[in-house]
Amino acid sequence: MTAIIKHRLFWPASALVVLITVNMLANASFARITVRDGHLYGALIDILRQSAPLMLVALGMTLVIATRGIDLSVGAIMAVSGAVALTIIDGSEDPGGFGTIMIAILVALLVSLVLGAWNGFLVSVLGIQPIIATLVLMLAGRGTALLITSGEITTVVSAPFKQIASGYLVILPVAFFIWVAAVVVVGVVERRTALGMLTEAVGINPEASRLAGVRSRGIIWTAYIASGVLAGVAGIIYSSNTMAADANSAGYLIELYAILAVVLGGTSLMGGKFSIAGTVIGVLIVQTLESTILFLGVAPAKSPVFFALVVIFVVLVQSPRVHRWGRSVFGSSRTSSAPDEDAEKKEVAA
Amino acid sequence: MPADTDVPLIVEMRGITIRFPGVLALDNVDFSLRPGEIHSLMGENGAGKSTLIKALTGVYAIDSGSIMVSGEHQSFVTTADAQAAGISTVYQEINLCPNLSVGENVMLGHEKRGRFGIDWKSTFEEAEHHMASLGLDVDSRSILESHSIAIQQLIAISRAMVLDAKVLILDEPTSSLDRGEVEQLFGVIRSLRDRGVAILFVSHFLEQVYEISDRITVLRNGQLVGEHLVEELPRDALVAEMIGRELDDLTAISASAGREVDRTGTPVLRAAGLGKRGMLESADVSVYDGEVVGLAGLLGSGRTELVRLLYGADRPDTGEIDVAGVRQRVQSPRHAMARGMAFSSENRRAEGVVSDLTVAENMILGIQAQRGWLRRVRKSEQDAVVGEYMEALGVRPADPTMPAGNLSGGNQQKVLLARWLATAPELLILDEPTRGIDVGAKADIQRKVAELSAQGLSVIFISSELEEVLRIAQRVVVMRDRRSIGELESSKVNLDHLIDYIAHKEGSVLQ
Repeated sequence: MTAIIKHRLFWPASALVVLITVNMLANASFARITVRDGHLYGALIDILRQSAPLMLVALGMTLVIATRGIDLSVGAIMAVSGAVALTIIDGSEDPGGFGTIMIAILVALLVSLVLGAWNGFLVSVLGIQPIIATLVLMLAGRGTALLITSGEITTVVSAPFKQIASGYLVILPVAFFIWVAAVVVVGVVERRTALGMLTEAVGINPEASRLAGVRSRGIIWTAYIASGVLAGVAGIIYSSNTMAADANSAGYLIELYAILAVVLGGTSLMGGKFSIAGTVIGVLIVQTLESTILFLGVAPAKSPVFFALVVIFVVLVQSPRVHRWGRSVFGSSRTSSAPDEDAEKKEVAA
Repeated sequence: MPADTDVPLIVEMRGITIRFPGVLALDNVDFSLRPGEIHSLMGENGAGKSTLIKALTGVYAIDSGSIMVSGEHQSFVTTADAQAAGISTVYQEINLCPNLSVGENVMLGHEKRGRFGIDWKSTFEEAEHHMASLGLDVDSRSILESHSIAIQQLIAISRAMVLDAKVLILDEPTSSLDRGEVEQLFGVIRSLRDRGVAILFVSHFLEQVYEISDRITVLRNGQLVGEHLVEELPRDALVAEMIGRELDDLTAISASAGREVDRTGTPVLRAAGLGKRGMLESADVSVYDGEVVGLAGLLGSGRTELVRLLYGADRPDTGEIDVAGVRQRVQSPRHAMARGMAFSSENRRAEGVVSDLTVAENMILGIQAQRGWLRRVRKSEQDAVVGEYMEALGVRPADPTMPAGNLSGGNQQKVLLARWLATAPELLILDEPTRGIDVGAKADIQRKVAELSAQGLSVIFISSELEEVLRIAQRVVVMRDRRSIGELESSKVNLDHLIDYIAHKEGSVLQ
C-alpha cells in the first residue's frame, strides 16, 4: 500500500481519476461510449482525440525542461507548421492527393525542425537563457506564419488531410494513434538509449556532467529540436482539425498549458529527472478539465476561474508540504517517515 | 606596530561551540580581537574559520559560549545585529550591488536627507569624502561594476567605514588581486588599524599573512590550536599547527611511497610552464608509468588550478602539455578523457556526483559519456561494472539503485572513483579524494590507489594532509603561491622536511 502511495505517479493519477469520477457523478453520460459505423464515440473518446496537440507539445516540453530549459515558442511553431502545410496544399493542383499531403507534412516538419534547431543554437551554443531565447520565436513565429499565409486565414478543402484530426483508424481516432506513437517513440529513444539518462545528468548537474565528458551541448540541442518537431506535428493536427491556417489562434497559450501538464506530471521545473508517463497523465488532466468545463456547462465568463481553482487544488494535493501538514493535522501514524531531510541538511561551511 | 596586550578587548568570544548535523564545526573555541590590531585567522579547509566568522557576524547561531563586543554581551540573531554592534565584513565575493553607482553603494541606508527626500548631491559628496579618507579617488556617480575587483573591495571597505565599524572582517580579500592591488589594499588596512579599527584578516597566502599581521590564531578541525604574536611564530611552526601531526594506522600503504618507479621512458604526461591569468602563474609536472605524484602545498597554492588545466576543465594561457610524448592542446574534459585522463574534482557535490541519479548511473556516467548516447551501456555490462566496484571499494549501503546524493561523503567519493576507474584511464587525477571522509573510507581509497599504481596506473594525488601524500606518492611536487617550486622524493624526506619546504621561500633546506 505505502509503495503505491509513495510512487511518484500516485498523486497525478489519483487527480485524474477523481476528475473523471466527479464528471461521471455530475452527468452519467460522461462515461457513455457508443458505437457508430464501427467507430467509438463519447466524451472520453473526445478527450483522447483532442489531447493530441497538447500531448505532442508537452512531450517536447518535458525533454526541454529536463535540461533546465523552457520552450515558449511551441505555440508559434504550431502556427508556422500549420501555415506551411496548408499553404502548400492550397497552392497545389491536387489538394486531395496523397503525394501533395505527404510533401506538405514533410516540409512543415522540416521547417519546425529548423526552428527548433534555432532555439537549441541560441541556448546551447550562444548560452542565451532559454526563456529569452525561445521568446524570440514565440513573438516572431506568428508573424512568420502570417507572412506565409499573406496575412489571410488560408482555408483548404482536402478530405484526406482532414482525416488526420477527425478520422478513425479501426475504432479509435487517428489523432489518438499519432500521440500514442509519439509517446512510444520518445519513450524508446530516451529510455532505450542513454539519451534520457544523459539528459537528466546535464539537467541535474551541468558542471559534473561536463567534467564526466558528457556532450551537454549536443544533448540540450537535441531536446529543443525534438520540441520543435513535436510542435510541428501538433500544428499539423491542429490545422487539420480546423482546415484553416489561422496564425493568431493556432496553439495560442499552448506553451503554458504544456508547462502546466509537465509539472502536474511530476517533472520539476528545476530540471533533471523527468517522467514521460507523468506528462501523459498531466496532459490528460488538463484535457479532461477542459472537457469538464464544457460538460458541466460552466459559463464561458466563469470558466477560466473554474479552471484555475481546479489547477490550484490539484497542485496542492501533490505538494509534499501539504502532505506533511495534513499528517500533522490529522495525526496519522506515518509521521515517522523522515520529515523533509533537505530542509534540515545544512551544508557545513568550512 | 603590534598592538599592546593591555588594551581592553573589543571582541571576546569564549567557549564557542557550533554543531551541524553530524559534525562539530566549532568545539569550545576562544577568540579575541583588540582595537588597532590586524589579527589573522589561519587553518586549512574545514578548520572552522568561516564558521567562526559567521558566528561573529550573526549568520550562525552559537550552540554554547558567549560573545562580548565592546564589553557588552551580545547574542546576534541576524547580520544586522552584528552590524549595529560595529562589526562589518568584506567578503571574497563582493556583496555590493554591481549595477548601482559607487556612491549609492557606499551610502546605502545612510543617504543624506534634505527637504525633498534624499539629497543626492550631498550624499555623493559624503561618499567621496569617505573614500578619500582611505586614499581612494573614485567618481561616486560611476557604476560599481565598471571598476576592478580591487577597487570594488576598497569601496566595500569604505562602506564599512560609513557604518562606523569598529571591527572589520576581511575574508580572502586578496585572492583575486595582483601584487600592486594588494599593496594598495594593505596600505588602507594599515591606516584603518592606526585609527583603532580591529581587523580580522583571512588569507591563504602565507607571505601576505606575515607581511600584514600583528597576531595569528590557528584553528584545526574546529578547535583552537593557539594564539601567537606574529614574531613568536616561525613559518614552519605555523604550517605544522595548521596541518597537525596525526598518526593513523595506515602504515600498510606506506610501501607505496618506497616503490621504485622507472623514469627512463617517456612520461605519461608532462607539463611545463603551465599558467593561466588569475589562476596559476607557472607550474611544471611530469608523471611516469605506474607512478603516483603528489601535489603538496597549502590551499590556494595552485594545486587544484594546475590539475584543472591539465584536464582541460579550464584552458591554459601559457605552457605546454605532452601526453605520451606527443604535444597536445587539451581543450575540454572530453578531449582529455579521449587521451586517457580522468579527473575527480575536490568539489564532490558541485562537480562530482549527479545527486538525483542512482549510484549505478553515476558509476557508468563516464563510460556512457565516452560512448555517446546512442550506444547505451547494456544492463549486463552495467551490472558487471557496478558489482565489481561496489565490492572492490566497499560502497555502503551496497544498494546501486539509491540516489547518489543520499550517500555519505566517503561513499560518494568511492562512487566517483568507480566512475573514473571504469573508463580505464592511464592517468588518474584525484583532487582531495579523502577530504572530510571517515578513516575507514580513507584507508579504502588509499589502498586502492596504491594497488592500482603498482599495476601500472599513473596517478596525480592532491591532499592537504601531507602524511597522506608522503605515504602514497613516490614523488611530491611542492607548490606555493600559484607556482610549482620544486620536487622531492618521498623516500628521502620526512614530514618536517616537507613542511619546511612548503613554508620557506627558498626551500634550501635540502640542498
